[in-house]
Amino acid sequence: MSKIINILQLYPKEMNIYGDYGNALVLIRRLQWYGYEPNLLTYNPGDEFPKDIDIIIGGGGQDSGQIKIHEDLMSISTKLKKLADDGTPMLVICGLYQLFGKFFKTVNDETMDGIGILDIETYGKTERLIGNVISKSEDFGVIVGYENHSGQTFLSGKTKPLATVVRGAGNNMKDGHEGATYKNVIGSYLHGSLLPKNPAIADFLIAKAIERKYSEKLEKTIDDSLTEKARKSALKRPR
Amino acid sequence: MLKPYVTVLGKAVRSVARMRGGGSALPGLVVEKIDPNFIKNALDSLPLGVVIISGTNGKTTTTKMVVELLQGQGLKVFTNRTGSNFTRGVAAALLGEVSIRGKLDADIAVLELDEAHATHFVRTIPPKYSLILNVMRDQLDRFGEIDSTANLLQTIANATSDTVVLNREDKRITSLQNSLIKQRVLFFGLSDDLLATFPSDDQLHGGTVNSSSMPADVLLTKFDGKNATFKMDDNLVSTPLKLTGIYNVYNAAAALSLVRAILKEKIDQKSLIDSLSKVMPAFGRGEKVIINGQPLELVLVKNPSGFRLGLQSFDPNKYATMIAINDNYADGRDMSWLWDVDFSSFKEVGIKQVSGIRAYDMGLRLKYDEVNVDDIDPNLGRAFKKFINKNDKRPKRIYCTYTAMLALRRLAGKMTDMESIG
Repeated sequence: MSKIINILQLYPKEMNIYGDYGNALVLIRRLQWYGYEPNLLTYNPGDEFPKDIDIIIGGGGQDSGQIKIHEDLMSISTKLKKLADDGTPMLVICGLYQLFGKFFKTVNDETMDGIGILDIETYGKTERLIGNVISKSEDFGVIVGYENHSGQTFLSGKTKPLATVVRGAGNNMKDGHEGATYKNVIGSYLHGSLLPKNPAIADFLIAKAIERKYSEKLEKTIDDSLTEKARKSALKRPR
Repeated sequence: MLKPYVTVLGKAVRSVARMRGGGSALPGLVVEKIDPNFIKNALDSLPLGVVIISGTNGKTTTTKMVVELLQGQGLKVFTNRTGSNFTRGVAAALLGEVSIRGKLDADIAVLELDEAHATHFVRTIPPKYSLILNVMRDQLDRFGEIDSTANLLQTIANATSDTVVLNREDKRITSLQNSLIKQRVLFFGLSDDLLATFPSDDQLHGGTVNSSSMPADVLLTKFDGKNATFKMDDNLVSTPLKLTGIYNVYNAAAALSLVRAILKEKIDQKSLIDSLSKVMPAFGRGEKVIINGQPLELVLVKNPSGFRLGLQSFDPNKYATMIAINDNYADGRDMSWLWDVDFSSFKEVGIKQVSGIRAYDMGLRLKYDEVNVDDIDPNLGRAFKKFINKNDKRPKRIYCTYTAMLALRRLAGKMTDMESIG
């Protein structure tokens, strides 16, 4: 009997300009290689919000894209919050990471509300933080990626950073934090895409999903030696 | 008035730089520092003015086409043909052409300019004509996001004094016309059938294809791999082409429209189409060389839409394929774009060789599309040799980023006679 895992990709039309589709593809393939049957669903503004979601992912977009999806995101915020509180694994990158926080304040002092799953605040700046990033996380080891954002994010309350920056900027130019976590929700600025070169995070999302749905434990049977080589060469590249 | 000593000095640096083998922008930099008005003075006196070609993909090939079409009409054309599309590259190219007194012997200048540099350039030298090809996701590490790149292109269009030629099928480009009041605006476009084969970045993740109602000055209506049909003034004109890849052929429509805008009723239609049929692909843009009796084709890829169009244009069967991905500054450091290209068309035939600084990133990308890869080797020299030797009986194609292409061209040049660069 096939074991289906439903992955929901949020706003692929507007929030996917920096190759974050790679995250969806990595989850699909790894689930297949682990013997599950992934089912990729997409959610766009105005769609009916699907049921039985096991993993949620979302990417980065342009400022104009964020504005376009904002109202719709607010309208599904209660559903997303409940899923997050229940322990649904989620990965949100860049633009959606910001909107999963409390608010985004633009350079012109306009405030865009977020859905508040993560206890973070983001402030638009004139300077863009761009380049390769290396960070270290207690749970996932070394995380490599690429950042490209003008919003700077600060954590508050009990929200924990995903990682500490070794090279690059991360959340902001001050505290050396990268990303944020709440229960099984991970927010991060890193593209690259993030999951291909950081399979530990991909496997975390998968492990949580199969544990919640099928009470199964993930046995790591995938050969990641090629990934290791790609990580090694990424670590050597300039900012 | 140009100071003669500046030109002499620049020319000297140019010949020294050439002897060193490369550095097309260096002499330009030297002249720019000493006499910032050098370019303006040299270009101001041209009877037909300055033409600027910009956009994300296809600048080099389109510029080459426009130059050859104008030459076919009997004009003397100045251009920055080395593909050094920064202001310095223009200064460097000028040094090779101007007299000691800084006088340029030409009717018109056709310049390929990178979006960001073009905005600076037009402040000093407003073009008479401009052609804006497209805006796609490319070098976001330099420009931030696509919308800000579109703003740069708006500056070029606004600075143009006579005619602006725009791509009708790119909505960020068509919207540039909204603020063009004094300029004449012409569009080049695609027929509905062909439009479906041109995915833009917005369409990639489920955006819609908009068939435009605006009339096109030149419309590409058909391309079967060898012959193209264009619609101009309600007439259909068919011609064989030496260019490969439908995106190059679409840019031929852009070039035709621009040349029509420049020459107006003085145009000789027959020789125009004749010149177009003879245009060869530009340096590294689908050019072919023969190595050990088999053709080798280099296809430059620098962003997801260009890579997707390349993969769509060329049949993977019968060819041995190599992919070389570098992440030097000129290539762009961000590897995210590889994840927006679908490689599943190689599932059956596989990829023979992967190389470049980010060979393992590319290998990983192919692994997740379940494409078989024979060998991954980041060392380009070694990888190229293996690729040539292991596939000696087959035609070959290499998809490569910019700096990988430069290196591969040098390697291929050692095995065959290639036109020297610049």
